Amino acid sequence: MSEHQHITLPDGSIEKQTSTLNLGPTHPATHGVFQNVMEMDGERIVSTVPTVGYIHRAFEKIAERRPYYQITPLTDRLNYCSAPINNMGWHMTVEKLLGIQTPKRVDYLRVIIMELARITDHLICNSVIGVDSGAFTGFLYVMQYRELVYEIYEEICGSRLTTNIGRVGGFERNFTPVAFQKIEKFLAEYPDVLKEFENLFTRNRIFMERTQGVGAISAERAMNYGFTGPNLRAAGVDYDVRVANPYSSYEDFEFTIPVGTTGDTYDRFLVRNAEMWQSLSIIRQAMEKVKALPEDVYHADVPAYYLPDKDDVYTKMEALIYHFKIVMGETDILPGELYHPVEGANGELGFYLISDGGRSPYRLHFRRPCFIYYQAYPELVQGAMLSDAIICMSSLNLIAGELDA
Amino acid sequence: MSLTNEHIKNRLAEKFGDVLTDFEESFGMMSFHAPKDLNLKVMQFLYDEEDLRFRFLSDLTAVHYPDRKGEELAVVYHLHNFVDNVRLRFKVFTDINDPKIFTATQIFATANWMERETYDFFGVDFVGHPNLVRILNVDEMDYFPMRKEFPLEDQSRVDKDDEMFGRGGSI
Repeated sequence: MSEHQHITLPDGSIEKQTSTLNLGPTHPATHGVFQNVMEMDGERIVSTVPTVGYIHRAFEKIAERRPYYQITPLTDRLNYCSAPINNMGWHMTVEKLLGIQTPKRVDYLRVIIMELARITDHLICNSVIGVDSGAFTGFLYVMQYRELVYEIYEEICGSRLTTNIGRVGGFERNFTPVAFQKIEKFLAEYPDVLKEFENLFTRNRIFMERTQGVGAISAERAMNYGFTGPNLRAAGVDYDVRVANPYSSYEDFEFTIPVGTTGDTYDRFLVRNAEMWQSLSIIRQAMEKVKALPEDVYHADVPAYYLPDKDDVYTKMEALIYHFKIVMGETDILPGELYHPVEGANGELGFYLISDGGRSPYRLHFRRPCFIYYQAYPELVQGAMLSDAIICMSSLNLIAGELDA
Repeated sequence: MSLTNEHIKNRLAEKFGDVLTDFEESFGMMSFHAPKDLNLKVMQFLYDEEDLRFRFLSDLTAVHYPDRKGEELAVVYHLHNFVDNVRLRFKVFTDINDPKIFTATQIFATANWMERETYDFFGVDFVGHPNLVRILNVDEMDYFPMRKEFPLEDQSRVDKDDEMFGRGGSI
């Protein structure tokens, strides 16, 4: 027998003390398309290299060919767990560029929708942390109530996940009485559910031991890594765009910014839970404010940018002209350059827009919070167990659609 | 808000003289242009000074201006001062045939992926970057897709002459 029949191993493979683990891209525990090539010493992670871009769809490039109103559906597909926040962020960016002043009622209705979206996003994230620590019950329980919010979206804009809600200048149609009833129903039922959800987890010994100290980051490192949103606040920095640069009349509302201290998975969980209570309070305040305002205002009076009523299109000349110009993307857009941040559910979502006066943006860049903070992941999980790396990943609230744009 | 754009501008002028140009304020945010070999010095100055404290890099991206001959690519930095809550933007321009810019990774760890993304889409070569490889596109790609010379639709299509609806014509 010749020696060629033996298996030849690559150089250094016998001496190598660690093993390589390819986690993902479609591992069921990673909730999205995330690949990590991990170097493992037993069950400890020595190093990890994240690979991203599996669902990159070139939104920034596509946006350079689209009229402004057609970019809204692209923003849906960034953070699809809270699509309305992206939609409204985009509308507000364009409104800022065009100098459109929206009526207070529109601002408050937007606040209601954005805070509902924040609740659903945090709900998913926190309940998934539970799933990854072995507690499936909480997840199934709260899904029912996410469903209630989706029914509210459905009532307002007709769709559920990728909402394309609202238009530049306001909403496409007024909120129906049924929509308000559904919001009231949610406001009435949800606090008990959230309380129960917290009872399941917050002081649960198993949950605490699984999450405390896992994936911790200091405030300085978090800032240096560009963390924003609940992840930054869990590390103790009280930065929230809603307070720092109020948009959509957030300055009219009373709410507090919950902060953590250690920046670990447990604190991120607590910060999100506390934010859900704050969001509920904001929605209640907004509902009160909306009641005091005239009922029929749901968009700004900007006929050149806001699609006219269909009846008017068929009967009035101006409406027909505006309708045609808007749909064809022939409206005049002012040249300008701006950066508009909004507080997305997982951090600062920024729209950097350059318009040269053409029908579509000259350049549009999305500052996607989770793309920016995911690069800290190798540092967060270094030396941790594999199971901790999984739970740390879900606590960061990474959304593959947003990460890969 | 104690820190004003005027103050920042004066402090920068004191330190760098007149090499920083095109100061303007639009939508409340100050922006200016810096020479490309000074990008780190400007950033470090804004970071270190006790009255400026721009210690958060919000965003880093690039823009392609094919008409600016010799300085086609602009790298755009958005900085944020959390204490006084002031944002600013500055741009450095570089030649598209020699797009070398110093990396900001030594100041901001977050610049790592942002610069990789910028390299991936615009081909800006960040000198000193620890791992400048493609991030969202496939490794085998041999062009930089966000540059303006790549139109989104195939311009050579002849079966679809549709000027009325915004297709066809130049980018």
